Amino acid sequence: MSYTIMNKEKHILITGFGGQGVIMAGDILGTAATLYDGKFATMTQAYGPEARGGACSAQIIISEEEVLFPYVKEPHVLICLSQEGYAKNIGSLREGGMLILDADLIQARKISSDIIAYDIPATRFAEELGNKMMANIVTLGFLAAVYNLVGAEALRKAVQTSVPAPTREMNSRAFERGSEYGKATLKSRAKQGRLARD
Amino acid sequence: MADKAVMTGTYFMNGDYACCEGALAAGCRFFAGYPITPATEIAERMSRRLPELGGIFIQMEDEIASMSAILGASWGGVKAMTSTSGPGFSLMMENIGLGICTETPCVICNVQRAGPSTGLPTLVGQGDMMQARWGSHGHYEVIALAPSSPQEMFDLTIRAFNLSEQYRIPVMIMADEVVGHMNERVVIPRREEIEIVGRRKPKVSPDKYLPYHPDPDGVAPMANCGDGYRIHITGLTHDERGYPGMDEKTQAQMVNRLIGKIVNNRDKIIRTENVYLDDADVVVVAYGISARSARQAVRDARARGIRAGLIKLETVWPFPEALIRDVAGRVRALIMPEINAGQMVLEVQRCAGGACPVHLVSHLGGSIIHPATILRAIEDSIKGKK
Repeated sequence: MSYTIMNKEKHILITGFGGQGVIMAGDILGTAATLYDGKFATMTQAYGPEARGGACSAQIIISEEEVLFPYVKEPHVLICLSQEGYAKNIGSLREGGMLILDADLIQARKISSDIIAYDIPATRFAEELGNKMMANIVTLGFLAAVYNLVGAEALRKAVQTSVPAPTREMNSRAFERGSEYGKATLKSRAKQGRLARD
Repeated sequence: MADKAVMTGTYFMNGDYACCEGALAAGCRFFAGYPITPATEIAERMSRRLPELGGIFIQMEDEIASMSAILGASWGGVKAMTSTSGPGFSLMMENIGLGICTETPCVICNVQRAGPSTGLPTLVGQGDMMQARWGSHGHYEVIALAPSSPQEMFDLTIRAFNLSEQYRIPVMIMADEVVGHMNERVVIPRREEIEIVGRRKPKVSPDKYLPYHPDPDGVAPMANCGDGYRIHITGLTHDERGYPGMDEKTQAQMVNRLIGKIVNNRDKIIRTENVYLDDADVVVVAYGISARSARQAVRDARARGIRAGLIKLETVWPFPEALIRDVAGRVRALIMPEINAGQMVLEVQRCAGGACPVHLVSHLGGSIIHPATILRAIEDSIKGKK
């Protein structure tokens, strides 16, 4: 069956293991779009019968209009935080889509030239900032810099309202670290004549 | 937050949580349940929220006990609910019948997963629709609602409590895994904007009170345990006093009233959303998560010049017989998508009575139905008549 995506919908798939904050990252993205950016969003999750350590994914759709069909089959953006999540989902990425992965965790095979691929050492950055659990927030900061999905301000606000109060400052640093790395990546690619599309 | 019970505001919230907030806004202060995917988040949030409001949360040993506990709590005078999924819903069936027979207001939220048996615990299904109607023994009527979004999980949970109090009956919310686990915008209004139906108390003195003597609408006022009225609660066939009466006359009176109070008030209970029915050649009848795909398919069909319409069932039981009968006489086909091998479609066929073909778009569970599949059925149904 041919799979059509509604106009104005952006589909994002975040994959990893239970416990990496995959669902939380999706929740923050949807919160930013829905509450702080005047858009519509849905988030659905996929996971197996076992609760922790198993593969899990968050499927987010962000749109200017009401979202009716909430499953993500061919994402515009695929974010991978585990080898398994990468291997299982890389084939679903749309032509011209964007892949964001943590190369410290994932060995990517040769990536097709019609995919825009980025590496963000999110887990290492998060560890340097004091807690590897913030890898999801580093990744969101990176996403905000390289892909115009929701406003960076909306995303910042959603991070702040979603994380536990005592960790707000730490998570804010994680977000900015990812964001700066994203901006630097864009700059160096622009120099090479390989500017990422919107 | 000033109002701890009504969390006024806008949220990006999942349907299970929205169900809890709807329940709390409706005045629910007792929850008894047993965790089960994909309904666990309801119990989990209730265990956190109810103590904040002076309410009671109990994790029971199983779903049989959960259902018993909420019936008891309701007779104690508190609005009570439980939540579950397929296997637990099966265990609740006997005591749902007890609740119907004793006319006990309460709410059961079934976040459906694919069955039978343990089935696909983390994946969607809509296979319990006939179980909701007929799962307990004997003959009776039920009220069941089907939410399509987290917002409707909030809104319809409030409505479920209102209907349960108004008609003294357990009301079932027939949700599903996707609606329960999906996050989406949920707007919780201010308390004064929420309509709440309270319990109809006796207007007569205790010596004149008959716990099963109905008002003109067929519903009897209900005194709670401890209100000072004499009450007798039994699952045996009983008379207006609540006393067992082991004869066919008492049986007929009781069953007729249990049926009549729903059937005779169905126009007030049934709610549907009707889209483009005026000029429709083909109408999709859908409920729950499948209604979202149906809406998309109807829009896509219209964009292709096909006059398609949608009936979205908010109330699934009682079934909107008159509406379906009327529409069946005016259209070339009716289509029902559902995540089972054909349950509510049997009702559509029955009501259509051969006036037009009725097509099922079936998915056996584990995924929701894609709009393109429904669109194809719409196109085929139009071609089929040419």
